[in-house]
Amino acid sequence: MSGEVAAEIRTTHILDLASEGKRLDGRGPDDYRPTTIEPGFVITADGSALVRLGATTVLAGIKLEPGKPFPDTPNAGVLTTNAELTPLSSPMFEPGPPQPGAIEVSRVVDRAIRAAETIDLARLCVTPAEKSWVCYVDLHVLDHGGNLIDAALLAGVAALAHATVPAKRFAVAEADYPLAVEHYPIECTFVRLGDAIVVDPTIDEEAAAQGRLTIATDETGRVVAMQKGLVGAFSPDDVKTTVRRAFQHGDRLRQQIRGAAP
Amino acid sequence: MGNVGAKETPVLLTADGIRIDGRRKDELRPLRIQAGALQHADGSAYVEWGQNKVMAAVYGPREVHPRHLQQNHKAVIQCRYNMAAFSVDERKRPGLDRRSQEISKVIGEAFDSVVFAEEFPRTSIDVYIEVLQANAGTRCAGLVAASVALADAGIPMVDLLPAVAVGKVGGEVVLDLKKEEDNFGEADLPMALVPQSGRLVLLQMEGHMTEEELGRALDLGVQGCRAIYETMKAALRDRYALTPLAEEVR
Repeated sequence: MSGEVAAEIRTTHILDLASEGKRLDGRGPDDYRPTTIEPGFVITADGSALVRLGATTVLAGIKLEPGKPFPDTPNAGVLTTNAELTPLSSPMFEPGPPQPGAIEVSRVVDRAIRAAETIDLARLCVTPAEKSWVCYVDLHVLDHGGNLIDAALLAGVAALAHATVPAKRFAVAEADYPLAVEHYPIECTFVRLGDAIVVDPTIDEEAAAQGRLTIATDETGRVVAMQKGLVGAFSPDDVKTTVRRAFQHGDRLRQQIRGAAP
Repeated sequence: MGNVGAKETPVLLTADGIRIDGRRKDELRPLRIQAGALQHADGSAYVEWGQNKVMAAVYGPREVHPRHLQQNHKAVIQCRYNMAAFSVDERKRPGLDRRSQEISKVIGEAFDSVVFAEEFPRTSIDVYIEVLQANAGTRCAGLVAASVALADAGIPMVDLLPAVAVGKVGGEVVLDLKKEEDNFGEADLPMALVPQSGRLVLLQMEGHMTEEELGRALDLGVQGCRAIYETMKAALRDRYALTPLAEEVR
């Protein structure tokens, strides 16, 4: 019960600060937390990246294996995204089957990767209807400091951008070759705190939030995915101004991903 | 979307802006709503929307199961969206897949945004949505059905929640996608509107849209939701209208 009271006091404080344009960690409404991207963190993976977004840490690992195309898409490889909110990342998570929160993270990230055509799935097909590459994007949340969706997609795209197709190991081709990334989707998440809509929420801000909105953009100026989550509401005008802000943050983070040394 | 390598793409939009089923770009599929379609639920509704057939039931406020989900200051709203195995072309494995769990979560959160849950502390309001026949837009059809079912159950809410998907087909923004448009179109954007406030409590999107197209899609969706809202209210009025005999007695 005392935990509940403390959370209630913190929520009230966060909302009071937001009404003055301030945030608990001193950021302004449109300040994104410092972000680092470290590609190649795990050498056993075919591609990987460790992303730190403030107090949030997500590790993405790519594995490619030969498999079979789905019957309805005989000329395309297979892409599978999975997010695990490991019990080490937060006192709130327990071992067991994925909870709705983890499923939402992996589906929203998967949607952005797919809709942006991040990798050309046709190029992952080896023999139509028979053999293709299966590309697994596994996202491990190691430290949950809020805004998992943005951190997970950053890690996933960075890992894909530095991934190698292990063609030699599986005797599919003479030599391994880089997995070509065609587009760079970036998700940018906002939460409503009273009348304010702030970017890149911390875990405390998510607990206080009256609605969460994620917008995925790519480098060609397209919006490729959106997701409204949590309890709360946004007006169409809120959505439009938020899309504008998502492009600005997206463009900056894209430069960072593309500049990250392998 | 998701159809890399699919064999043929049907013509989705003619030069005169007519869609695969003869609709205009801003036209909804036929929508029929029956409030109070089940005998045992506290509230229920059946929706036929184009070729979608969806049943929704509401139970509660009642005891919370499992117990540890109980909240001391408000009712918990538990939503389960499920597709019948026979509701799609290829048999779907029964049970909640990841897609259904995500949809259950966002629909539950949408209702949690409009229900006066703090009036029923330590209880559960259970919303069940069964998709019996699917033809794109089932989460919106489910939301509309469940919203009418909540009203039928007498649950106090800010407002009903009309919902519709807007999309992009043949380069054009269109209202209320049907299956072929969803499968072969360029974008899908489901939303649910609180008519009183003009705010959106469910919003998802997948595909490609420019910022300008997205703006138009939001406006078109709001317009569609307002039309659906009228049908929802009419369904509730029908349900609680006085019978001719009662009218006479009065």
